[in-house]
Amino acid sequence: MTPRELDHYADVQLLPGKAAIAKLVVLLAVLAVLPFVVPGYRIFTLNYMAVFVIVGLGLSILVGDTGQVSLGHAGFMAIGAYTSVLAMTELGAPFLIALPAAGLVSAFFGFLLGLPALRLDGPYLAIATLGFGLAVTLIIGHGSFFGGHMGLVVPDAYLGPIPLSGDISHYFLIVGIAVVLALAARNLSVTRVGRAFRAIRDSPIAAETMGVDVAYYKTLSFTVSAAFAGIAGSLLALMNGFISPGVFSVTLSLMFLAMVVFGGLGSIAGAVLGSLVMGYVNLRMDAVQEIPIFGPMLQNFSDAYMSPSGLPNVGWVLTGSMIMLTIMFEPRGLYGVWLRIEDGVRWLRRRGASDGPAAGTG
Amino acid sequence: MSFFSVQGLTKRFGGLTALDDVSFEVEKGSIFSVIGPNGSGKSTAFNCINGIYKPTAGSIHFQGNKISGLSPSRIARMGLARTFQNIELFASETTVDNLMLGRHQHMSTGLWRGMAMLGRRTWAAREEIENREHVEQVLETLELEAVRNRPVSELPYGTQKRVELGRALAMEPLLLLVDEPTAGMNPEERADIGERLRKLRDDLGLTILLIEHHMQLAIGLADRVLALNFGRPIALGPPDEVQSHPEVVKAYLGDG
Repeated sequence: MTPRELDHYADVQLLPGKAAIAKLVVLLAVLAVLPFVVPGYRIFTLNYMAVFVIVGLGLSILVGDTGQVSLGHAGFMAIGAYTSVLAMTELGAPFLIALPAAGLVSAFFGFLLGLPALRLDGPYLAIATLGFGLAVTLIIGHGSFFGGHMGLVVPDAYLGPIPLSGDISHYFLIVGIAVVLALAARNLSVTRVGRAFRAIRDSPIAAETMGVDVAYYKTLSFTVSAAFAGIAGSLLALMNGFISPGVFSVTLSLMFLAMVVFGGLGSIAGAVLGSLVMGYVNLRMDAVQEIPIFGPMLQNFSDAYMSPSGLPNVGWVLTGSMIMLTIMFEPRGLYGVWLRIEDGVRWLRRRGASDGPAAGTG
Repeated sequence: MSFFSVQGLTKRFGGLTALDDVSFEVEKGSIFSVIGPNGSGKSTAFNCINGIYKPTAGSIHFQGNKISGLSPSRIARMGLARTFQNIELFASETTVDNLMLGRHQHMSTGLWRGMAMLGRRTWAAREEIENREHVEQVLETLELEAVRNRPVSELPYGTQKRVELGRALAMEPLLLLVDEPTAGMNPEERADIGERLRKLRDDLGLTILLIEHHMQLAIGLADRVLALNFGRPIALGPPDEVQSHPEVVKAYLGDG
């Protein structure tokens, strides 16, 4: 036997020790108070960021863990949004049914896209998923059932007797779901299925040789990832009150992929951080010039050198530079920056601890 | 019916015949070595056996079941594990995670149970603990405890080889395929690996199919030996007989 008893549960425990529980409690408390302290019009921004977090969590499973690329996640989001709205308007389903239905239908399309993905790799998979995203918005834009390019108005939603109207009620629903899904994604990644996903990313041959059915787990990864995006789509519809194909453009898909890379591939914390930042940036793209000092500079730069068509694109210049700088200087993304800060703090502490006695003897 | 048998195994890549009508049988609880110079088809034979390649002709039987033509994951689930000549670990994962992946087929936690791991008593947690204990035993057997939580990409080459062996052992295989376990090792490390393999056979009763470039080790360990040259079997039998076979001597020393 080993000299000290190892508690193997600690390896996978969601909240190992009191410190972790305390952290979660503080986080939940902050999230609970947040909508009452920020200005009312900012709650919409928070909701938008939380929706991005849900997409980011799902995309991180596919891209970060399983190592498959997707440029079509806006398509899954669109499928989720339209499913839930049509379920409510056409079938009279309550939101409580429409929301999981959005996840399920989107998951089914994720499964379908996962099938050709079994035979495709790298750039070919990127093109296939890109085509999928485009096809979804094209089909939706041309079908009168889907409201065409004019879009659909989202009916009033109720959660049982509680009306889901107003940003604060949306906030608690969306953030609540985001928190639950984040914990679920974390659990998934440390258990058998998550390990199989990462095994496929690192060496598909070895994974298959160890008894992992690679085809099954690749499609499963697409399915789960799409389900997350579908749920996010349904929530986006709810908070926007209106959906149209233009919302789910290819640029949104690119943004999703960018945010998981920016946050740090393969880590839940990274996915959440990256999604929060990119969600914020995406919504406030036209307000870049409001950033003190830096904003007008970027605006001038963008107008002078980056806008051949004369259209203002300073938001994209900012987003692009953020992603480029991340990949150049910290490929592990925001999560990597966080790890460095932690390392630095630990180093300072250790130095502080060893300085103490040294000063005494010296 | 023998424990493991290969009959008339042939593999062609276009015009190149990598394996030509190879047949042999392996007894339960024995070490069977496949030797031969570089490019003689040893690894190709392994890739056919564990399903990475589909044989052009011939058949492979394991415990009375035909396994040729099945997918590697199906074959793995029947109790066949292997290591690779060029290490195929899950590089960004820790030693423990690599070995836990070896437990994949012995576990059943799926999507829902995994996500709902909310306490020590939930299904996923119990299964994790149980299998983690098994992994800990393998770590002990191979003296890998010190690198338990290190990412394998940071480990020295020899240790990585041991982790790969550990991952295969974590699968609790009935038949273990070891592809050049001592490639790139010094004589000491080589002897160490040899001793470990011998112990696995003697203590656990494991059946081992060994590819070894190093003649002395292969001959010293094996109960029976097959020698290949240019994909063709040139000798099959007890180690000393194969070693002194004129064709084998010629293949190893050249025509001179």
